Amino acid sequence: MDKDVVLHAEAIDKIYPGTKALDNVSYDVIKGKVNVLIGENGAGKSTLMKIIAGIEQPSSGKLYMGDEEISFKNTTEARARGIGIIHQELSLFPNLTVYQNIFMGRECTKGFKIDNKTHIAETKRVLAKLEHIINPNTLVGELRVGQQQMIEIARNFLQDDLKILIMDEPTSSLSQNEVKVLFKLMREFTDAGIAIVYISHRLEEIMEIGDNVTILRDGKYVASGEVKDISVPWIVKQMVGSEKSYPKRERGIDWDKQETVLEVKDLTLPKSGGGYLLNKVNFDLKKGEILGIYGLMGAGRTEVFECLMGLRPEHTGTIIKNGKELQIKNINTQIANGFAMVPEDRQSEGLVQTLSIGKNISLSSIDKYTKFGFLDKKAENNAVDQEIKDIMIKVADKNLPILSLSGGNQQKVVIAKGVLTNPEILLLDEPSRGIDIGAKTEVFDIINQYAALGLSIIVISSELKEIVSIADRVIVLSNGIKTGEFNHEEIKEDELVLSSYKGHNAVEKEEVEEMR
Amino acid sequence: MLKKQKNMNWVMTLLKGRTFLILAVLVVFFSFASPNFFTINTGLTVAKHVALYGIMGIGMTFVIITGGIDLSVGAVAGFAGMIAGGLINEGLKIGFLGITIYFSVPWVILISALCGVLIGWLNGIIITKFRVAPFIATLGTMNVARGLANLRSNGATFSNIVGKKPLGNTGFDILGQSFLGIPAGVIILIIIAIIAAILLKSTSFGWHIFAIGGNEKAAKLSGVKVAKDTTIVYMFSGLCSAIVGMIAAAQLVASHPATGEGWEMNAISAAVLGGTSMAGGIGSVGGTIIGAFIIGVINDGMTMCGVSEFWQKVIKGIVVIAAVVVDQFQRNLQAKIALQARNAQ
Repeated sequence: MDKDVVLHAEAIDKIYPGTKALDNVSYDVIKGKVNVLIGENGAGKSTLMKIIAGIEQPSSGKLYMGDEEISFKNTTEARARGIGIIHQELSLFPNLTVYQNIFMGRECTKGFKIDNKTHIAETKRVLAKLEHIINPNTLVGELRVGQQQMIEIARNFLQDDLKILIMDEPTSSLSQNEVKVLFKLMREFTDAGIAIVYISHRLEEIMEIGDNVTILRDGKYVASGEVKDISVPWIVKQMVGSEKSYPKRERGIDWDKQETVLEVKDLTLPKSGGGYLLNKVNFDLKKGEILGIYGLMGAGRTEVFECLMGLRPEHTGTIIKNGKELQIKNINTQIANGFAMVPEDRQSEGLVQTLSIGKNISLSSIDKYTKFGFLDKKAENNAVDQEIKDIMIKVADKNLPILSLSGGNQQKVVIAKGVLTNPEILLLDEPSRGIDIGAKTEVFDIINQYAALGLSIIVISSELKEIVSIADRVIVLSNGIKTGEFNHEEIKEDELVLSSYKGHNAVEKEEVEEMR
Repeated sequence: MLKKQKNMNWVMTLLKGRTFLILAVLVVFFSFASPNFFTINTGLTVAKHVALYGIMGIGMTFVIITGGIDLSVGAVAGFAGMIAGGLINEGLKIGFLGITIYFSVPWVILISALCGVLIGWLNGIIITKFRVAPFIATLGTMNVARGLANLRSNGATFSNIVGKKPLGNTGFDILGQSFLGIPAGVIILIIIAIIAAILLKSTSFGWHIFAIGGNEKAAKLSGVKVAKDTTIVYMFSGLCSAIVGMIAAAQLVASHPATGEGWEMNAISAAVLGGTSMAGGIGSVGGTIIGAFIIGVINDGMTMCGVSEFWQKVIKGIVVIAAVVVDQFQRNLQAKIALQARNAQ
């Protein structure tokens, strides 16, 4: 084995119920280098890193350090081997102080007592090294997000004999200056022989800091190369791939002649702690059109739906439906205004697990099936039965508990619930997430069917091929900014990917200009 | 595999019918343990007590279905009883006018009931608008209501609350009497149970509160008016408690400010024994009434067998915990069966 390889993962599989997150992936971490891992949402990068850091265990496959086979039951075991991870989502305790956060799980003690003097002194030393002077006694909840990220990073710097440091999108909430400091430190690390595994969505950043790049797609290894030999277009091409699975639809409608159902102007949503979740987003929606919203995670896609559904009363901008400006107050008025949403997280936001299949379907529209306040069970049953037929839910008895259905059929129940409110505009947030291929095709058929009936639909999707095949038009969000809009014939996968990274650069440019 | 599943279904049926089984076993047990237990007289006494636990338990069931808890029920019962007793014996004194108004009994009942509804409304507002956890919110109002009950008479009892003919406020005690041998409390329990069952099963409001307890987020996203419906549920619980307070006062023909102390335990026990899930989203009126009967039979049966009050408490506590443990077990089994059915598909 190559002696520069500090950790080798051999033929790793990771199976979650319903999906294969990693499929026979082998991966080398090279000593003293910045090893970049890149891929679309759901490509499996984070899963692979979680396995290396001991957070998750592989379904099959082996890990080696040197010639020795290793396996981790948890992060503590991985840490003992010199592997640290900086998470994508902050995993800090906002109710505790900076030094308590940094030393959580590795407290220094003097006899029985916790040695806070050492904690505070060490915290000061590490933060000074990071060029970030924060009082160790500050509560982490009071810090800016960027500062919190630094604390997360500082936690890992304390470790002795660190061999591998995994950084999962560490720069996503850092300012330009903070990124510079971080890069300088990363170089110090690699010079000291520590291997860094770096996951980022900012392609330019990768070209700047990376040494080698490995690309994953749909849980599979695709390609790798030295940064000096490759270019951004090459990376994008590898990420997208060439196979096309769903046929593109041809509807033959002249959209310019269709009436506009919805116009959104300057939709802006401030982020707590500064910045924007959505920054002056404009788009419109025609009758019977399927509009796709593509973007990376955190690009602001779900936030658009939340604004439209009245869940974000703090948003600004104009929303016009059928030529009339809407005063969006809450979700009830929006349902009455003809909006329906199928949320992203089926289990926690879509379904009431304690209710039957039928009751879940009629939940949003149950007031329609009452006479003098009493439920008209016949009318309700008829409507639910009709919906089960229309949406092709495979169900033996609608009075069975909702959890007796497969994921795909559960998703259809959530869609049925939305459709039953008789909306004019249907918002679907990742409608095909976590369901098998067969059910996916059926969900797309349903979407097409309702669009043909004149329902206007907005679909959020992270899956390129999906959005390319289903949407009549696609807008791309990146970092809260609309960075692209493509009509049917112009929708191309690599263009979408490039646009989805643009927003980060735009912000950086703005910052640079501000600094000048 | 198939055999195992059959076994599971059998266990499931047994679990679902367990409240009935427990009740039957208890009745048989106490009939043997105490010769006077299985008699009409004892039955009526038990029924009188069950009416109190049952009505309070129905309100509690609504609250628990939304995923909340109402600890103030006992204190509200005491408070409403004191309001009723006070209005009958002392009337409403309006100090600056120097007059005292005596209300007729229907008005007394209405005003006392509204006092309960008002405290329920306060609970609802504190929980939904100020986002205080139901446990803490109702713990607070429990003390407020108990304090107010004591303040009304400075801790004294309003005795002989039968009213006076010349004042036109006689007749409150009919709430404690019997008609054709059936105690008024039982009749009221039946009426409230029917109304509550219809509310729960046959109105959109009922299904909305099931949805709130099952998954509040999904309910909200589905357009359910979570805050409003939750507040109404606490008002309903307050109303039930106030009615219980008045029946209890009428049964004793006296209002005592300590009436209802610890009754929240009976109400919660009745709901939980009847299959209401403390996690919310599951429960029924019928189940709670059977639960109330179990509590009543245990209470009165143990008293008749000469079990000391202190031991009664110990046993009741254990019964409730056991009920929740079995409930949890049933839920796990149910999830397992559902998963098997899904895999078989």
